[in-house]
Amino acid sequence: MEIIERIRQRDVRAIARLMSLVENNAPEATAALKELYSITGQAFIVGITGPPGSGKSTLTDQLTKEFRRGGKTVGIIAVDPTSPFTGGAILADRIRMQQHSLDAGVFIRSMATRGHLGGLAKATGDVVNVLDAAGKEVILVETVGVGQDEVEVVKTADTCVVVTVPGLGDDIQAIKAGILEIADIFVVNKADREGADKTVTEIQTMMGLGPGRSDWVPPILKTVATQGQGIAELAEGILAHRAHLDRRGLRQMRQRERSRALFLELLQEQGTRRLLERASANGTLEQTIERIATRETDPYSAVEELLAKAGL
Amino acid sequence: MSEERKIRVLVAKPGLDGHDRGAKVIARAFRDAGFEVIYTGLRQTPEMIVSAAIQEDVDAIGLSCLSGAHMYLFPRIVELLRERGADDVVVFGGGTIPDEDIATLKEAGIAEIFTPGTSTSVAIDYVRTHIRQRA
Amino acid sequence: MTDDRKEIGKIKEAAKAWEAEVLDPALERSPERAREFRTVSGHPIRRLYTPADLADFDYTRDLGFPGLSPFTRGVYPSMYRGRLWTMRMFAGHGTPEETNQRFRYLLAQGQTGLSVAFDLPTLMGYDSDHPMSRGEVGKCGVAVDSLADMEILFDGIPLQDVTTSMTINSPAAVLWAMYLAVCEKQGVPYDRIGGTLQNDILKEFIAQKEYVFPLEPSMRLVVDTILFGARHLPRWHPVSISGYHIREAGSTAIQELAFTVADGMAYVEATMKAGLNVDAFAPRLSFFFNVHNDFFEEIAKFRAARRVWAKLMRERYGARDPRSWLLRTHAQTAGCALTAQQPYNNVVRVSIQALAAILGGVQSLHTNALDETLALPTQDAATIALRTQQIIAHETGVTHTIDPVGGSYFVESLTREVEEEVWNYLHKIDDLGGMVRAVEQGFPQKEIVDASYRYQQTVEAGEEVVVGVNRFVAEAEEPVSLLRIDPEQIAKQQVERIHRLKGGRDNGGVQKALDGLRRAAEGEDPWGQDLLMPRILEAVRAYATLGEIMGVFREAWGEYVEPAIL
Ligand code: B12
Ligand SMILES: Nc1nc2c(ncn2[C@@H]2O[C@H](COP(=O)(O)OP(=O)(O)OP(=O)(O)O)[C@@H](O)[C@H]2O)c(=O)[nH]1
Ligand SMILES: [Mg+2]
Repeated sequence: MEIIERIRQRDVRAIARLMSLVENNAPEATAALKELYSITGQAFIVGITGPPGSGKSTLTDQLTKEFRRGGKTVGIIAVDPTSPFTGGAILADRIRMQQHSLDAGVFIRSMATRGHLGGLAKATGDVVNVLDAAGKEVILVETVGVGQDEVEVVKTADTCVVVTVPGLGDDIQAIKAGILEIADIFVVNKADREGADKTVTEIQTMMGLGPGRSDWVPPILKTVATQGQGIAELAEGILAHRAHLDRRGLRQMRQRERSRALFLELLQEQGTRRLLERASANGTLEQTIERIATRETDPYSAVEELLAKAGL
Repeated sequence: MSEERKIRVLVAKPGLDGHDRGAKVIARAFRDAGFEVIYTGLRQTPEMIVSAAIQEDVDAIGLSCLSGAHMYLFPRIVELLRERGADDVVVFGGGTIPDEDIATLKEAGIAEIFTPGTSTSVAIDYVRTHIRQRA
Repeated sequence: MTDDRKEIGKIKEAAKAWEAEVLDPALERSPERAREFRTVSGHPIRRLYTPADLADFDYTRDLGFPGLSPFTRGVYPSMYRGRLWTMRMFAGHGTPEETNQRFRYLLAQGQTGLSVAFDLPTLMGYDSDHPMSRGEVGKCGVAVDSLADMEILFDGIPLQDVTTSMTINSPAAVLWAMYLAVCEKQGVPYDRIGGTLQNDILKEFIAQKEYVFPLEPSMRLVVDTILFGARHLPRWHPVSISGYHIREAGSTAIQELAFTVADGMAYVEATMKAGLNVDAFAPRLSFFFNVHNDFFEEIAKFRAARRVWAKLMRERYGARDPRSWLLRTHAQTAGCALTAQQPYNNVVRVSIQALAAILGGVQSLHTNALDETLALPTQDAATIALRTQQIIAHETGVTHTIDPVGGSYFVESLTREVEEEVWNYLHKIDDLGGMVRAVEQGFPQKEIVDASYRYQQTVEAGEEVVVGVNRFVAEAEEPVSLLRIDPEQIAKQQVERIHRLKGGRDNGGVQKALDGLRRAAEGEDPWGQDLLMPRILEAVRAYATLGEIMGVFREAWGEYVEPAIL
């Protein structure tokens, strides 16, 4: 396939085009992803999540600068929400990252959630793989930033950075449940504002209350993203976490987890689809539903029957 | 089994022009029409716009310029797209553009120009009918 | 009081009777044109206003007398009977030579004040040879790269006799320094120099988008100029607190007023924090508002503005000097109300808007030209716009008495409603921690984009009529001829001049001045009273360019990237 060759050669247009194919669920995309899969798994993937306006994009921009200074190539995926009313989206995280737009070592892609919940788009994982295959060494994934339930990034990232800001007050309590568990690193951004230390203490207290974790204690770092303060420390923290993962073999474990999740998801999706396709093609589906509705059979037996017919 | 294709448009403000009221109205109207709109903010060079358009694999770039610098900026963007083999991206624009400049801009490869007073529905219809449905 | 109350009761009864016996049957026969009527800003307007709408109105408290608090009826005791407003037309394009010619022409026409329009590179603090300036040099205003250009711009114009207004913001301190240096060369002492710097940085973040530096150093520059002005230039207005741009970006009338006042409060607070007594600078603050289409809403806006400001200055900031309480304002007719379609209709719009400004009691006015939707105005079109003001001043008689609309049940009610809603916004902004914080959080920006989009939708739905655009559309139209400006040609001249300048000046001296400036900019405690202005002046006198000086600040302070608010 030509596109594969072009992606191996880091052709920006080809990378971008494949991402669209992936997002649009095009058949060519699956074909390409199959071929590229063997060369993925190289990139280090960092998730950046936190409430709206907390500075995720600004941090992403600054981290990119920092990693570039260290000679690493960077891929960025920034996710913004799709409007549930119109299906449209305004993708504007990029505004803060435009200083990298002319750097060939940085690739920035905006994605709309297209109805997917959990803080990412459905195709984000595959788009990460495309960037990975295209040789980006660090991949930064910025989640939507609606503040809740944005824990899906943990399935994609090696390291999860959870961003908060001073003065959120009760919100910290509100988000703590899911977020606390996924954080590998806490960032208190906007530390130029009043109350940063108080927020740090709050997070410490919350962590103390939480279930005891492995031997990695998530550091709590203060940053002023707009001024680049604390960014070097954050990059260091990320690398330290990565070293920790490597040391413990946890990175492979996380990758294995990801492989499992991806595989199961695909299996579920495609298995169901295939079964349904077959059943509707020969009319069995409607007949079965009719028989269930008229109480001729029950749904439990009907499922067993259908699976048995498929040899399962 | 491909889902309904989303139209992706980059709405961009080239040059030093800070008039963003119209660009924001257009971006929002496009969103409400179901498009995915990438907005890169103010003070973008033609190079930055083209690079963003390519990475984002947009179907079209909608340029907005009210400062009168369109005669330099708009053609330059088309030229850069060509250089990078991305001239399938449709470039159109709007703003403070005297009628007599429109022909020159079209010759330079700008597909359409929308001047003050344009209804956003006209721009939306234009995009729907003129954007090649790729992939 | 009891009499009043009785009277109001009688009116209310009579109104009820009128409704039942006269109005309702009439409406039965022919209903009204719309279910509800609203101003262009969406403010609801009732069918009829009577004394009942002003039940607890107190003449001396709410209106008072011209020149007396709360200044509803005007800031001066005799208003236009004494002196007409200043007819100050915004002008400038191309090279400094061209604009100098234009200024001389305007002064010869009897204009006493100048108002300089700069091109976008200058507004953004770039020299004409910067890559970002490509295509923009001299296009939207005059290009000024260094003191050398400023000398040409005001060549032969006696600066002790004219007042000059400069629409410049992020680089305001630098352009001001250049102007002062020209005055020095002309031998005009500082205390005789009069004029205005726009220098209202908060509305740049909110509306005009000519921000360069982050909020804090931007505020620092504004306070620096206020302090310098208070010390050395008693006749200068260091800041023109501007609602014009906020409105043009799409706000409502109430938002325009509320955000402008909130910006003003931020400057007052920052300057007081720098150690200056409020009465030492407040009298030099001036304002700049829009005049839009909705006639009475605009009049009410100006009246409410004076009332709100006077109360704030007296009560909140403890100003003692009555001059500190005055909201003196320039106004400009609404550019965004002009239509490209059937452009001659714009003359009519501008006339009505200008009339509203005068009935609203403004001190100075710019009227837009009919051809401004597509280019800078031609001289002929700008002349009609000036004549419009002269006709209002000399032919209509509206200047013969002070505040002719005062006492109208409608206008007084509307003035009061506008004021109330402005206070609501001000409370909200207080809750956000003041205007600087509110801007940082994007609050006014979000309110404005929403209002702007709403307006666009009402126009497209035909709910808001725009003559020639969505109603009464013409089949074919004759285009008007426009002013053409070729930025490439102007850039060539400017770039050559920069090269000559850099070759001929004492570059060691420039470097020294810039280094001093850098240290001052990087300094932590700005109000150790070592102001930036004197150092900027030094750099300017050494012929450092605008781009060089702004470059020092850009390096020291970084650049602002705005949050995405759509
Ligand atoms: C509003 C306005 C402002 C506001 C801008 C607020 C903001 N944040 O946007 C303020 C007051 C701040 C302002 C300032 C200036 N302005 Co101004 N401004 C205007 C004005 C009056 C209206 C523009 C507007 O917003 N209209 C409403 C919107 C909805 O319409 P629109 O932008 O035209 O967009 C519509 C169409 O054009 C089209 N469209 C536009 N873009 C796009 C993009 C796409 C993809 C599509 C499909 C369609 C499309 O669709 C839109 C919907 O109908 C125009 C004159 C006019 N009447 O048009 C002058 C005008 C553009 N300004 C002008 C000038 C000179 C300036 C200044 C440089 C003045 C100075 N020297 O200080 C500054 C510079 C500001 C800056 N940072 O760039 C000149 C430009 C001259 C030229 N091009 O030769 C004009 C033409 C006025 C004039 N004749 O003097 N301005
Ligand atoms: N004072 C201060 N402001 C900051 C800091 N970091 C970011 N900001 C500002 O906060 C606002 C939001 O920043 P973004 O980076 O867009 O935040 P985000 O989390 O990506 O926002 P969403 O993607 O919309 O959820 C911007 O105005 C930034 O300039 C900081 O450290 N200090
Ligand atoms: Mg973001």
